[in-house]
Amino acid sequence: MLLYLLRRTAFLIVSFLVAMTVLFVLLRLLPGDPSNALLSVNATQEQIDAARQQVGADRPLGEQFTAWFGGVLTLDLGSSFVSSLPVGPEIASRLQVTVPLTLLAFLLALVLALVAGVVSALRADRWYGVVLSGLSQLGIAVPVFWVGILLVSVFAVTLRLFPSGGFPRDDWADPGAALTSLALPVITIAIVMSASITRYVRSATLDVLGSDYLRSARAQGAGFGEALLRHGARNAAVPVVAILGIELATTFLGAVVVESVFSLPGLGSMLLTAIQQHDYPNIQGILLVSTLVVLLTGFLADVVQRLIDPRLRTSISGNGLR
Amino acid sequence: MSAMTTRTPAPPRARHGRRSTTLIIGLVLVGVIVLLAGVSLLWLPYAPSDTAGGRLEGPSWAHWLGTDKLGRDLMTQVMIGARIALATGAGAVAVGAVIGVAIGLAAAFAAPWLDDTISAALDVVIAFPVLLLAMLIVAAQGASLGTAILAIGLAMSAIVARLTRILTKRVLGEQYVVAARTSGTSWPGVIRQHILPNIWPTLSVNLALQFGIAVLAEASLSYLGLGAPPPNASWGRLLQEAQATVTTAPVGAIAPGIAVVMLVLGVNFIADGLRERADPTRRRS
Repeated sequence: MLLYLLRRTAFLIVSFLVAMTVLFVLLRLLPGDPSNALLSVNATQEQIDAARQQVGADRPLGEQFTAWFGGVLTLDLGSSFVSSLPVGPEIASRLQVTVPLTLLAFLLALVLALVAGVVSALRADRWYGVVLSGLSQLGIAVPVFWVGILLVSVFAVTLRLFPSGGFPRDDWADPGAALTSLALPVITIAIVMSASITRYVRSATLDVLGSDYLRSARAQGAGFGEALLRHGARNAAVPVVAILGIELATTFLGAVVVESVFSLPGLGSMLLTAIQQHDYPNIQGILLVSTLVVLLTGFLADVVQRLIDPRLRTSISGNGLR
Repeated sequence: MSAMTTRTPAPPRARHGRRSTTLIIGLVLVGVIVLLAGVSLLWLPYAPSDTAGGRLEGPSWAHWLGTDKLGRDLMTQVMIGARIALATGAGAVAVGAVIGVAIGLAAAFAAPWLDDTISAALDVVIAFPVLLLAMLIVAAQGASLGTAILAIGLAMSAIVARLTRILTKRVLGEQYVVAARTSGTSWPGVIRQHILPNIWPTLSVNLALQFGIAVLAEASLSYLGLGAPPPNASWGRLLQEAQATVTTAPVGAIAPGIAVVMLVLGVNFIADGLRERADPTRRRS
């Protein structure tokens, strides 16, 4: 297990470094120039040169790369081309919206999916089992922003139960107000995310229900519920945990789109503005933070998976990482 | 009547015929969208930029789905959207399949250290949601339909590559490959005669699912304003434009969404149907 942790941590660090390099290269291969963001269409050559100097685009690529690399290691992500504000603190303040949104939505999705998945597997022959399974089919085919639009029109505009968008100016100073404005976005993401998790839970539960060990436990006199909880839950959890890492990353991204529906001042709207304004330090910083989130969730999912399933701990053969 | 139809349980007897039922429902759903797109190439109810209709009209005989805030016919826009959605799905799957299968085959045949490196790199790429990769590439290349297709296809290729690699390795361990090699078949010959035909059933199911993911990703991109630019009426952009007027003109905010769901649900059903046909022992969901 310790050896695995070391290998997995090394893999985490290497992939982060690779991702950083890829980000840098991708964003420098642009047809446009980073300084474009600062200039009007009919700028003179002197203005262009000044702008290039200001954003550091006149320096050799190698130098830009070391500057960016060193900056990341010292937690300095540079400053926005457009507003000149430092990128790091801006991202940190945006995360106050995006992180609670993601985690709440993920937890709600998980609870919904566990109930719906287990029930639809146990009651596959009843009408509600079929309906639940059908709903999860529907859920994975629905664009998340459309669910948001529909929920706003019903619960915010027509019934006036929740605000249709926005976030308190003073962030979490009034937790009640902040939570109310997150309610619809959270439900929106949870509806869509729970659909895909439900399918995994359902399929894992069906596998367990058909297993020999469950039948043996029943034959030895264990009640159905007891056998399912003691022997089934842990076995069913392994494949589900394996995909939860990716699902959490997807939830984070769902947040990026849904923030746009509800005009929430989170990381997603910051990324969108940055893309529209060609504000490379911001784009770079946001994508770097997202990369870190994605890699860390993958790491956690892998470790948790091994904690649940002792069989995985001993096998470090093959490519050994997954 | 509607309460009746939603509450009716699936008839127990349907289980035997379910394999084909799933496939047929999928084909019908996708067929409707393909028909809309096909007709739109030959005939449209109105010119796409014809603003002669009143603004935000409800559905009528003249305008089946009503008009948008500029007075353009929504049925026309949705039909053009079908074209864009299908082009995105097909284009992205083509890009993803060609690059993914090539990388997957290369990894399966490569030396162990190279195979490990490729696999680890693929794992990193796969961990990223398709949409984030697409946004990254769109950020670099500027928003256009071509960029969106390329970006989604590239993101997809990693998933296809990993699957191809695993499936190919499994086939490579089979006796008939050894037999083919000893009887003098070249490696390209083995790939053509044994590997591709054997991995295709599983691969095609995955590609069908990826088609749906591509359609959803394109809808999200164009909803965010990062997809095909304005003259193209992508479903995502139609929804974005209709969002502000959802209470006064609900059809405009509903119809394009239903179109997306029909197409994605349809390809998912086709994928399920294909899977059950390829592997009758594994019948799930």
